[in-house]
Amino acid sequence: MNVKPETLNSKLKYSIFDHTADLGLEIYGKDEKELFSNAAFALFDIITNIDDVDIKEERKLVIEGSDREDLLVNFLREILYMFNGEGLLLREFSISELDSHHLIGEARGEYFDQDKHRINEEIKAVTYHQVKVRETPGGWKGRIICDV
Amino acid sequence: MSEIKIKKLDEYRWMIPPVGGMRVPGIIYSSEEMMGGIGSDESPKQVANVAYLPGIVNYSLAMPDMHWGYGFPIGGVAAFDMKEGIISPGGVGYDINCGVRIMTTNLQFDEIKNQLHDLVSSLFRNIPAGVGSKGTLKLSISEEKKVLREGAKWAVNNGYGSSNDLLATEDGGKMEGADPESVSDRALERGRQQLGTLGSGNHFLEIEVVEEIFDENVAAAFGLESVGQVVVVIHSGSRGFGYQVCDDFLASMVKNINKLDFALPDRQLACAYINSDEGRRYFAAMACAANYAWANRQMLMHWTREVFEKTLQKSPREIGMRLLYDVCHNIAKVEEFPIDGKMKKVCVHRKGATRAFPPGHPALPDMYRKVGQPVIIPGDMGTGSYVLVGTEKAFSETFGSTCHGAGRVMSRTRAKKASRGRSIQREMADRNVIVMATGKGTLQEEIPEAYKDIDAVVDVVHKAGLSKKVAKLRAVGCIKG
Repeated sequence: MNVKPETLNSKLKYSIFDHTADLGLEIYGKDEKELFSNAAFALFDIITNIDDVDIKEERKLVIEGSDREDLLVNFLREILYMFNGEGLLLREFSISELDSHHLIGEARGEYFDQDKHRINEEIKAVTYHQVKVRETPGGWKGRIICDV
Repeated sequence: MSEIKIKKLDEYRWMIPPVGGMRVPGIIYSSEEMMGGIGSDESPKQVANVAYLPGIVNYSLAMPDMHWGYGFPIGGVAAFDMKEGIISPGGVGYDINCGVRIMTTNLQFDEIKNQLHDLVSSLFRNIPAGVGSKGTLKLSISEEKKVLREGAKWAVNNGYGSSNDLLATEDGGKMEGADPESVSDRALERGRQQLGTLGSGNHFLEIEVVEEIFDENVAAAFGLESVGQVVVVIHSGSRGFGYQVCDDFLASMVKNINKLDFALPDRQLACAYINSDEGRRYFAAMACAANYAWANRQMLMHWTREVFEKTLQKSPREIGMRLLYDVCHNIAKVEEFPIDGKMKKVCVHRKGATRAFPPGHPALPDMYRKVGQPVIIPGDMGTGSYVLVGTEKAFSETFGSTCHGAGRVMSRTRAKKASRGRSIQREMADRNVIVMATGKGTLQEEIPEAYKDIDAVVDVVHKAGLSKKVAKLRAVGCIKG
């Protein structure tokens, strides 16, 4: 099932926690797929005013990782490069396949346009520091620290 | 997490005795007062973690501006054996060859006081800065590869400054062993767009004034002649290029983590043996990023010279903006040190630490060989900087290394909260510093109280003998991303 984060208004997608010189994110999802797409959403929600981003471009994602945590870092790394390298602002993420080593999905958004978009915060890298992905009784929870 | 035991060795050194998988002790240079603050974050644990890595020589070191970093602490220094040791992207940092350069001038503050506002706003207009800022020149990939091979020399060959500038740059602004073929297309793409930009965060370009001279002989050799002299300090790095290089190699080294014959206490310490394909490839790519950063700072300096000439309507000779020195503070280098009574080549990682070579060292340019290497320690926004000089003691104790800056104590979010409702620009103006920044958020994140007291940090390295105070500089104008 494809999960579009903007349709999930039942609860919080992510929250920010404090970490010296960096940006810590706690991410939530009712299942693992939603956790991953909410994590990607969180990056762009922080980078820009996400409501100003329209859907004009689509990119396919095929990601590998040695475990869930590595997969999450590699996934976000890929998503972040689409902005830092290609200039794409993304807002919608759908994940069609996901296990602890592979992810297949799609990301949608548009190219950054300085007349239309505002960059609020620069996220420079997604790190492995204290990265966590786990299932809790209330759903899935992830933790990631970004270099800003 | 096991509790880290810390033992005081003498007034300025604390030791973490080797326990568990630690191959050597950790040594932290600090003061009683600063150790109080350090204890509360994870950085001593990180000093201990670095000591787990194969081939580490003597000890895992930390400078007094130490604070938490990814894998290695910021302010960390560690040397590794060339045969049995490792090289780690996390021991260099994301912003490879983030560094500082300082230029002296023939100007006195009184002469430019009335034009200071014009100078700062002209610098602000002419020097691309800010989040994701793109440069005015778009390089072709083949031209970019030349930058990666030649560093600051490429900039000089293309009209940015003169060959004298190269003499006053660590390693002549060009690191040997750079191979653009070891760099990913992604890094090339990011790098192509950003050459000649200051960046954001803690990077800045500052007009400063000599406030106090501690050592007249050395200051004179450095061209720091009198109180009131105008100087310029540039703090910038390898921009998105360095980040991408670090991230690419972190990813591939993490992927190969299970193939290593030792266990890592933290994934962010991912590394490869220096003497392996991957280790050599990382070194070659890191050297490219180092060269990129030197070319970048060389270009920023050139535009600064132009702005001064135009705004002050003076000739280059009248202004006399001369590069005093350029140092990197995020790097891994192959250097020789006395180890067990013999000179030995090692791979020194300096992550938020500055090389501080002693008088007489062959790596120093003739003009400084008698006095020692200039070391530039930038403070936090608007406070000013220090110029220090390298010592024999640093050479024998810390692999020729000293501190690099003030060191953050407050997280960015906390700094933003603390500055809510305040006009930081106005506060700086009240302290007689004109600040211009592209983002309001940057100013809030960079408020002075977010950093350790630079005076205290410099006092420790001075008293511990890792470098000696030469001059203190006060900021008067600052541009930030």
